[in-house]
Amino acid sequence: MSSSTEERRPEPIKAVPVRHYGRWIGGAVVLALAALAVRSIIVNPNFHWELVGPYLFDTRIANGLVTTLWLTVASMAIGIVGGVILAVMRLSPNPVLSGAAGVYIWLFRGTPLITQLIFWANLGALYPSFGLGIPFGPEFVTWHTTTTITVPVAALLGLGLNEAAYMAEIVRAGISSVDEGQTEAAGALGMTRGKTLRRIVLPQAMRVIIPPTGNQLISMLKTTSLVVVIGYTELTVVVQQIYAQNYRVIPLLIVAAIWYLVCTSVLTVFQSWIERKFSPSTVRTTGWASRMFGFRFGRPKERP
Amino acid sequence: MTAMVKAEGVCKRFGNLEVLKGIDLEVQPGEVTCIIGPSGSGKSTFLRCINHLEKVDAGRLSVDGELVGYRQKGDKLYELKENEVAHKRREIGMVFQRFNLFPHMTALENVIEAPIQVKGESKAAARELGTALLHQVGLGDKAKSYPRQLSGGQQQRVAIARALAMRPKLMLFDEPTSALDPELVGEVLGVMRQLAKDGMTMVVVTHEMEFAREVADSVVFMDGGVVVEAGNPEDVIRSPKHERTKAFLSRVLRKD
Ligand SMILES: Nc1ncnc2c1ncn2[C@@H]1O[C@H](COP(=O)(O)OP(=O)(O)OP(=O)(O)O)[C@@H](O)[C@H]1O
Ligand SMILES: [Mg+2]
Repeated sequence: MSSSTEERRPEPIKAVPVRHYGRWIGGAVVLALAALAVRSIIVNPNFHWELVGPYLFDTRIANGLVTTLWLTVASMAIGIVGGVILAVMRLSPNPVLSGAAGVYIWLFRGTPLITQLIFWANLGALYPSFGLGIPFGPEFVTWHTTTTITVPVAALLGLGLNEAAYMAEIVRAGISSVDEGQTEAAGALGMTRGKTLRRIVLPQAMRVIIPPTGNQLISMLKTTSLVVVIGYTELTVVVQQIYAQNYRVIPLLIVAAIWYLVCTSVLTVFQSWIERKFSPSTVRTTGWASRMFGFRFGRPKERP
Repeated sequence: MTAMVKAEGVCKRFGNLEVLKGIDLEVQPGEVTCIIGPSGSGKSTFLRCINHLEKVDAGRLSVDGELVGYRQKGDKLYELKENEVAHKRREIGMVFQRFNLFPHMTALENVIEAPIQVKGESKAAARELGTALLHQVGLGDKAKSYPRQLSGGQQQRVAIARALAMRPKLMLFDEPTSALDPELVGEVLGVMRQLAKDGMTMVVVTHEMEFAREVADSVVFMDGGVVVEAGNPEDVIRSPKHERTKAFLSRVLRKD
């Protein structure tokens, strides 16, 4: 029996593949349109490409960029730490903790970020000073609100505390995505709730948490420009200040756009690297090029 | 000799649903007890009560002479704190129907996680014990594999090794072979059979009548939240006295 099946091994199939004429035509049209667009951008003198180069490395713009970057990183750090704390509170069996987190999220997601920024900047009008002491008793240390909550601090508080509310929902979704059997197995091994969260649940929740967090980070990069309402300057504000004087609006906006794209690209690569770190070793992950543009060059890579 | 597990009138309800209606059961050290019964009869719930994954509503349940989940002082009961409950669970191993291995860790990491994190054992000591346990369940060559790279039978054997790594004095199995393809059931039962021979005290919820007959010291038939019949396996499985036991066994054994 076995010998006869070996002799009659079927020939490999040789067939003419289906021709996708529609795809070829569609591709050609898109390429032609893209070429036209690029050409018009290059030859149109109103873009003033000759000004873009010098302004790209202008010190004022560099300073603005630095502000944008530290504000993004610091407020995201506050947002992530705060978000994890809020998410754990929200999922806690203690109704007071869960309720408090719920109210926080409701309040900070429910009011405009601009309002919150202005609120923090004007905290001094509400509470001229604040201090550490015994409730209803003596105070040991006192700070003046206006000197402590400076403009950068207000910007950081406004962005970070608002972000925490959004991150809380992202982290909560991540934690809820982990199978309950995992918590149960960890509990049966004698692990406490805190240890189970840190060692078992959060590492698995990461796969769900990271992609939207990357979104938030990239979105934060641009949201930081809202700090203009409390008189703080970052990349977009600096650019606006410069073109308000010399009316070179388009080239300066191009300069800002280039820097935002550079930062976004770096963050995207960083995100795909972190995603790889947290994805189970046999799952196929997409490369940085496909993450950034959605292109697929050749066949998807398999990780060993 | 103190019983390893002693249940007296254990009751448990979920809302209006009374799942356990007074369970009496005793398991002596070194004994293997198999719990059988139809779906929904409360077998899993009872097993989960033993290591306090569920809270008992009424009755008394003790493991190795100590009350589960409570401390008695005079005639008052005090609920145990979370870390005290966790401390007691160290001594009770549990194996689940759906394995519940940690998917982000290799087989060996799964096994050594609790000894390191809970008992504070050194990494080297834990690895040595973990490797030995993986050998014991026949998976010495799979230490570096992730759960998704293992078959169901292999995953369940890693889960058994993981529970054993805490050196428990009692092992609970909740239908450990129900999620497995028929040809993989044998390898898991083999490991459990050896464990029983080595003198481990075990409470096993199972539908494997062959295993129960061969390995168990006593078989408990549960239905509708009560123990209908209990005794040595030959009596309960070969010549059941109650109609409900007979009806259940004829249904299960016909499948074999
Ligand atoms: N957490 C819970 N909340 C509400 N009801 C529950 C809960 N856990 C179990 N039950 C109910 O309790 C009853 C007994 O469930 P249990 O899992 O103990 O049965 P079982 O004997 O293990 O059944 P099976 O053989 O299907 O595993 C079922 O009706 C189930 O729906
Ligand atoms: Mg069950």
